[in-house]
Amino acid sequence: MSATILRNGRVIDPANKRDEVADLLIVDGKIAEKSEVSGQKSEIEEIDVEGLIVAPGLIDMHVHLREPGFSHKETIESGARAAAAGGFTTVICMPNTSPAADNPSTIAWIKDRAAEAACVHVLPTGAISKNLAGEELSPIGSLAQAGIVAITDDGHCVQNHEVMRRAVEYARMVGLPVLDHCQDYNLVGNGVVHEGYWSTLLGLPGWPAAGEEAIIMRNILLAELCDHHIHCQHVTTAGSVRLLREARSRGVKVSGEVCPHHIALTDEAIQNFDTNHKMNPPLRSQADVDALLEGIADGTLSILCSDHAPHANFEKEVEFDAAPFGIIGLETELGLFFDLLVHKHRKIDIVRLIEMYTVEPARLLRINAGTLSIGAPADVTLIDPDLEWTVRIDKFESASHNSPFDGWKLRGRAVRTIVGGKTVWRL
Amino acid sequence: MTTRWTRKDLLGLRELSADEINFILETADAFKQVGTREIKKVPALRGKTLVNFFVEPSTRTRTSFELAALRLSADVINISATSSSLTKGETLKDTARNLEALHADILVLRHSSAGAPQFLANRLRASVINAGDGAHEHPTQALLDLYTIREKREKIAGLHVAIIGDILFSRVARSNIFGLLKLGARVTLVGPSTLVPCEFEKLGVEVSHKIENVLPSADVVNLLRIQHERQRREYFPGIGEYIRLFGLTKERAKLLKPDCLIMHPGPINRGVEIDSDVADGVQSVILDQVTNGLAVRMAVLYLCGGIAT
Repeated sequence: MSATILRNGRVIDPANKRDEVADLLIVDGKIAEKSEVSGQKSEIEEIDVEGLIVAPGLIDMHVHLREPGFSHKETIESGARAAAAGGFTTVICMPNTSPAADNPSTIAWIKDRAAEAACVHVLPTGAISKNLAGEELSPIGSLAQAGIVAITDDGHCVQNHEVMRRAVEYARMVGLPVLDHCQDYNLVGNGVVHEGYWSTLLGLPGWPAAGEEAIIMRNILLAELCDHHIHCQHVTTAGSVRLLREARSRGVKVSGEVCPHHIALTDEAIQNFDTNHKMNPPLRSQADVDALLEGIADGTLSILCSDHAPHANFEKEVEFDAAPFGIIGLETELGLFFDLLVHKHRKIDIVRLIEMYTVEPARLLRINAGTLSIGAPADVTLIDPDLEWTVRIDKFESASHNSPFDGWKLRGRAVRTIVGGKTVWRL
Repeated sequence: MTTRWTRKDLLGLRELSADEINFILETADAFKQVGTREIKKVPALRGKTLVNFFVEPSTRTRTSFELAALRLSADVINISATSSSLTKGETLKDTARNLEALHADILVLRHSSAGAPQFLANRLRASVINAGDGAHEHPTQALLDLYTIREKREKIAGLHVAIIGDILFSRVARSNIFGLLKLGARVTLVGPSTLVPCEFEKLGVEVSHKIENVLPSADVVNLLRIQHERQRREYFPGIGEYIRLFGLTKERAKLLKPDCLIMHPGPINRGVEIDSDVADGVQSVILDQVTNGLAVRMAVLYLCGGIAT
């Protein structure tokens, strides 16, 4: 028997509506009751966590770990270390690898690699369409059997509404949620930044808000038609928030997630042509940021995530048009959301923030994670809600450094990450 | 005027003050006079090396820069995209750093991506002169436009300048907007709503979709070429309809004040944005712009080349 007791922390377990100062006991990799250990006090590892939050292990349901195919950007091993350093015990990886995760053998490879090398749980998603091309359905049933937790063409978007409809209907049969990167290719064209004041001023091709909203609208219609859940990834615009709010109020099975950069920055940041401000969807206007904050506050946007998108320096060190989209986020997201949502804007409390990183994604993906219930896997994140720290990209565990947040001073961060009862990272 | 020039690069007019713009124009006055001498050459940049690095094709601007550099006694080499290692997959940064390793002092860059000159300027010791980046800025074109207006009308403040045509994809329009507003002109953009979106009003200009309403009060009309190569799709139904709605035809030219200047950055599509006879008429200063471009570029190379170490 191995046992650990976390002493005197503020235990927050939204799944059980629990928020109290208490001890948390871990026995043999599971959350246990006090009565399960008696006597032999010397065999119990004691950790004093007074002043810290004891939270269920956090889940980031939107990361790119780049393997197979792009191990110069990130590996499953380095990405998992970055996740642990950010306080995450479970990450959901996107299928835009090479080869794409549109077949069971690639899923098996990812799971094998994660079992060998990852210090946190890595759960793969599968592609909606073959080679993410948006034309023919991938073998969704076989992918489900291989162990994916959702289907998505993230980075791409199925344009043909009929293909998308069949994917959603089929996913319903096999019990998988559908995640969608919402981008209308005709409206967006070669856009690289938000279409508005700054794109006009700088002459950069614009990516209009309507290019996201048109697909959000499509997804609402299909979720109703198919009576199945469609989750909209990295929502960025005021219009998207309004559409989702209205649909959710009618009980339509749609949801949305937010990335920290879309509330921490606006499109004003692109004026120096720094490619670490180039991501897809792009940084939006202040009005959009305000709407996202309201959407988080009223529950319209229910999940927080990073869209961790590693790229090598040499790939980002090019002309703005030519640079790949995306930034890394695993090691900064909790600090940014804590700092912005809880401390600065006071949009949500700590309990809701943890809920958006645990209960909400676990429920959507139907995975056994995100709770401190007795008997649950002992995945635990210890958070210091008031710790002030400075982002240093040279200290990142990720293999890449493409972050616009270097030097930012934040308040709140994870200080220890425990997976299956074992500490996999500590500050 | 006490402005001293402190910039190693010329990236755009948005970042310049009115004083800096005027200082360039005054410096150009001196160089314009050089062009009228029998020996049109001064030793200002002797021993310096200038690279004309044109990743996007150009004849007029490249020739103008080359001639300007030669008249300043610089050594000049020309590199185009097809003759550079970019076609072999080398990055822009690596190509530029190789040129710098060959002791290039001034890099004149034309590139299809907005921000490319700034990208290099932040990474090189050499001067970077923007010769046009995507739809962003074309500062020396705007400077020669300002120079020409100032030369013909003696001032810029208070004048009403209409910029007509494809504004959305035009770096010439953006640099002109920034420069003209800084020097106190009133600017109206004219063109179809798809190429002149109202978002431009936030830059401090007026937007009109009816050319007849604007021509009578204009002191300068600057006509821009319809840039087919930059447009991914249909922004207007066709050339015929464009001419019908926005072309500066002989009929419409009659609406202009007699002293209104007609400008065009070239190359002209005769019979499209401007009637052929109007382009060659007495109000046209299109060839003066070309001549002045040489003086303005000499001034810019002289000023920036003097800062770079």
